[in-house]
Amino acid sequence: MRQIYAGRPHTVVLRALYALKTSAWFIVVSGFFEPVFYLLAFGLGLGTLVGSVTGPLGQPVSYAAFIAPALLATSAMNGAIYDSTWNVFFKMRFARLYEGMIATSLGTLDIALGEIMYALLRGLVYALAFMAVMLSLGLVPSVWGILAVPAALLIAFGFSACGMALTSYMTTFQQMDWINFFMLPMFLFSATFYPITVYPEYIRWIIKLFPLWHGIELIRGLTLGQFDVSILWHVLYFVVMIAVGLIATTRRLTNLFMK
Amino acid sequence: MEKPIDIVIHARGLTKDFGQLRAVDSVDFEVRKGEAFGLLGPNGAGKSTTMRMIASVSKRTGGELSILGLDPNEYGPDIRGHLGVVPQQDNLDLEIKVRENLIVYGRYFGLPMKFLRPKADELIEFVQLTEKAKAKVDTLSGGMKRRLTIARALINEPDILLLDEPTTGLDPQARHVLWDRLFRLKESGVTLVITTHYMDEAEQLCDRLIVMDKGRIMAAGTPASLIQEFSSREVVELRFGSDKNARLAEQLRGFGERIEVLPDRILIYTDTGEEDLARIVERGLRPVTSLVRRSSLEDVFLRLTGRSLIE
Ligand SMILES: Nc1ncnc2c1ncn2[C@@H]1O[C@H](COP(=O)(O)OP(=O)(O)O)[C@@H](O)[C@H]1O
Ligand SMILES: [Mg+2]
Repeated sequence: MRQIYAGRPHTVVLRALYALKTSAWFIVVSGFFEPVFYLLAFGLGLGTLVGSVTGPLGQPVSYAAFIAPALLATSAMNGAIYDSTWNVFFKMRFARLYEGMIATSLGTLDIALGEIMYALLRGLVYALAFMAVMLSLGLVPSVWGILAVPAALLIAFGFSACGMALTSYMTTFQQMDWINFFMLPMFLFSATFYPITVYPEYIRWIIKLFPLWHGIELIRGLTLGQFDVSILWHVLYFVVMIAVGLIATTRRLTNLFMK
Repeated sequence: MEKPIDIVIHARGLTKDFGQLRAVDSVDFEVRKGEAFGLLGPNGAGKSTTMRMIASVSKRTGGELSILGLDPNEYGPDIRGHLGVVPQQDNLDLEIKVRENLIVYGRYFGLPMKFLRPKADELIEFVQLTEKAKAKVDTLSGGMKRRLTIARALINEPDILLLDEPTTGLDPQARHVLWDRLFRLKESGVTLVITTHYMDEAEQLCDRLIVMDKGRIMAAGTPASLIQEFSSREVVELRFGSDKNARLAEQLRGFGERIEVLPDRILIYTDTGEEDLARIVERGLRPVTSLVRRSSLEDVFLRLTGRSLIE
């Protein structure tokens, strides 16, 4: 353990904050607006046509309140994937940044955790901002909804860890595009805009294999007040993602930069 | 095994394979505290690979290696905490500014801000970048980047500074500025390990060195002792034009201790250069250009491998 972890991932976060000062603010700010635009267009716009839908407890729920938690989960995923794939890919393949870090007394787990913690910090700001929008529009009927923010961080953590692990295997920009190719359908079909019950049984099982569905169900359960044992399964899904992602990333960093 | 306290790096049978390729082939050397130790050799000799093993970022395939008395396989991070590394290719952080590069790097070592702020300013001054402290790294020239990399390597007050081809790619003036800074470091007692394929750099900077080729050590010693052992005091360089060199070499037999025929020139190793040259001219041989100079490490390398350092 002492070979791979010096207990200083926060110094990697510090570095990212220094770098943020010189980065493109447009991209940083757009991370907040994207889900808000979806919420306005679909939730409020399309929602007037849809009316209300049936919530997890059988209660009627406004369409905006139904999709808002899904958008929160999706934005947690998108932010995490953006930071842990494109940013990390550039640093790994072109910037030689990790080579420099490895030469200090930092370990590979410090680097992996540090990058992920920074992505989470950004994710936290987005989640809080989006939560504020949801609350101000009255889209959080349940008090459990407050837990949606930590849940969004858990989701972001899982996607970051796995995203970084995947990125470490990629060598070309084309391969990086596969990630987007995979994310868009996941966003569209993970019971984001309508309940999973519209699908036939076997398609439901396929959807349930994918992480975003668990993220959406987790946050939707919290904001709409379905606080039961299913939540534990969703949480467990992300805990496993985090563990697998962290172990794989640390191994890969060691193989790539310490050969 | 107990080692004398002043041996800071100790390698025995040190070997590194990359798949089928043996990049470093059972090398033995020791570096003493406070000395400037050189690894001289052409491209592909295994210098960087050896450096990376010393820097404890590359795992050896075989042999023994101890740095500051510790085995890097077990104490990698602890050892790295006492090293400063200037890699062959700069890996400065381009997204943050010059001074921030030092501060952030110091934080990676776990050093507190209170220590780092004055230290960063001191080092920026030492490498003569005070004007550029707030500049972005990509606005620096090659020589400035190299100096910043050296400053960064010194942020943790290392016991050993590893420099992998510190001046490759720099113009002569930038090289001399850099050499001057390295001299000062040596005077202040920092142990230096330097790889280079420039023989003048090795002669100027190194107290002792090993000559490497194809992963092996060909010779070891001080620059002067290597020259004495493997070369003559002086060298006569003759150019007759590339088509004639080989033919005329025949007629030069008997001059010096040894004659080396290169595609572009003939080298005569001798202790009496001027006299030999005069006698050659007396014989009616008319070289296009001729030159008598002192022997260098370049000649040592040629003697040992039959090739030039820089192809
Ligand atoms: N990471 C690596 N993977 C495979 N081969 C390598 C790697 N690093 C170096 N080599 C090979 O090892 C040999 C020695 O390389 P290197 O140590 O960089 O030499 P030098 O620094 O003396 O120019 C070369 O043949 C090089 O191609
Ligand atoms: Mg090299």
